[in-house]
Amino acid sequence: MSETVLKKEEQVAFALRSLYKKYGYLPYKMSKFEAYDLYASNKDFLVGDGVITFTDTDGKLLALKPDVTLSIIKNGSDDGAKQKVYYNENVYRISGETKQFKELMQVGLECIGDIGVYDIYETLVLACASLAEISDDFVLDISHLGVLSGVLDEVGAGEAFNRAALRLVAEKNEHELQTLCAAYSVAQANTEKLLTLVRSYGDANAVLNALAPVCEEGKAAEAYAELKTLCGLLQKGGYADKIRLDFSVVNDMKYYNGIVFKGFIDGVFKSVLSGGRYDRLMARMKRKTGAIGFAVYLDLLEGFQRQRSAYDLDTLVLYDGNTSLEELIRAVDGAVAAGETVRADKAQGKLRVKKLVDLTTGGRK
Amino acid sequence: MINIALPKGRLGERVYAAFEKAGFACPSIKENNRKLIFENAESGVRYFWVKPSDVSIYVERGAADIGVCGKDILEEYAPDVYELLDLKTGVCRMAVAAKKGFYDDGERTLKVATKFVRVAKRFYAQKGRDIDVIKLNGSIEIAPILGLSDVIVDIVETGTTLKENDLEVVETVFPISARLIANKAAFKFNTAEIERLLAGVKKLLEETGDSL
Repeated sequence: MSETVLKKEEQVAFALRSLYKKYGYLPYKMSKFEAYDLYASNKDFLVGDGVITFTDTDGKLLALKPDVTLSIIKNGSDDGAKQKVYYNENVYRISGETKQFKELMQVGLECIGDIGVYDIYETLVLACASLAEISDDFVLDISHLGVLSGVLDEVGAGEAFNRAALRLVAEKNEHELQTLCAAYSVAQANTEKLLTLVRSYGDANAVLNALAPVCEEGKAAEAYAELKTLCGLLQKGGYADKIRLDFSVVNDMKYYNGIVFKGFIDGVFKSVLSGGRYDRLMARMKRKTGAIGFAVYLDLLEGFQRQRSAYDLDTLVLYDGNTSLEELIRAVDGAVAAGETVRADKAQGKLRVKKLVDLTTGGRK
Repeated sequence: MINIALPKGRLGERVYAAFEKAGFACPSIKENNRKLIFENAESGVRYFWVKPSDVSIYVERGAADIGVCGKDILEEYAPDVYELLDLKTGVCRMAVAAKKGFYDDGERTLKVATKFVRVAKRFYAQKGRDIDVIKLNGSIEIAPILGLSDVIVDIVETGTTLKENDLEVVETVFPISARLIANKAAFKFNTAEIERLLAGVKKLLEETGDSL
């Protein structure tokens, strides 16, 4: 029943809510409207999209909820206990591309508090399990911003260089990264390190091996160790062939630090899952603890694996003023009892039906 | 099967020839007809011709797994794609040009005519220069001559058109050449195929001294 009535995105939303609940995450329900201030100070968090605003009856500027994470952070407290919540909300934004209003269905979870390796591992496992609910053909790309910022610190070419370099790493743009390094007179050894980050992607073990000489000291070495531990655990957890390391996953460093990841499904043109560790966003919002979470963009699943049905209905019962009511009811009830979808109507119009039961005067003739 | 969007025209044809040498041939593409899509099941490839400025849209939205388009398009539309290789062909530059002898004293808003609105805005924003962008769709060179704008931001290949119209390049915004781009999701699921194409084209670039 649920499979025929529910759309793919609804089925997945259902399955994900029950999955997160199993791991002890509690539901979070947010109000439709929030004070605009909350989003104004963290605008880039919405990755290029705008916020739909309006004034309330007191003249205060409100936003139609464009995001759930910021609201969860704002409404939480640093009382020591970990906050583990999941949500399933429609959010509203102004598309950065088309400038049109859009509605997005999001399911996601947040783990807020004193984040340890276990929490990161659990989040990554739940990300994999979420993707598996959608399709078996998925990959989870994992990156560590600590590795990237560690290498950039070693290069030490300044903020403008870092911004440009990160954009190029995200594009896997080796040729322009080389040009950029030359323009900033970056030492050959450091240029090679940056290029290794672009060139190394795919199988976790192979990437970790290639990366070892790049991450020998400082912040990069710490991040590398964390990445290695997590990959080991995920491989043991049965996700060896699903996780890939890929440093082109570069979330905004203003908000994110540490592990960041994106999930892809074969047949869907962009990442359907995105998340990471966002201690920096917490700090910006005056929270003292760390946090990690992800969102699944269910609107992208519209049309995924959808098979267009050749019929709108199984049976159409046509009747007119001369049809006996008993006979009409018998025909409809009979079809329903047989598990068919049925409609009683006086005309077929454009309906595509498998079977036509004609109880009209003309039909009887 | 990988789907490749090529820009209609000479550049696309040159790139196809390179892809063919890299092992991704599709003989039917050379037949003189009005078909837009060409497939070769044997080499696992499907090509289609699209308007050059639309290639990045086809790739970003996943209708094509990979494609070839100019850096000008990538800078203007900033699609969320991988830029995997500089094909070193279709070389030209984005430049600011004006009537010979034009001098910007910075005292009033600079009128800029261009097809590349975002590129122009970003370029002058970095300089902190206040501009009035005039979006045109073609024959940009005529704008400063008729006094519609002070300068233009446009693609300059040899500079002949500029010279013939008594215009000159004031400064270069960025160099342009054709780039091989890939859809991010498609790259995850066709990695080996795309890498094979990349390696083949890279080798060709080395052998030919960067001239496809």
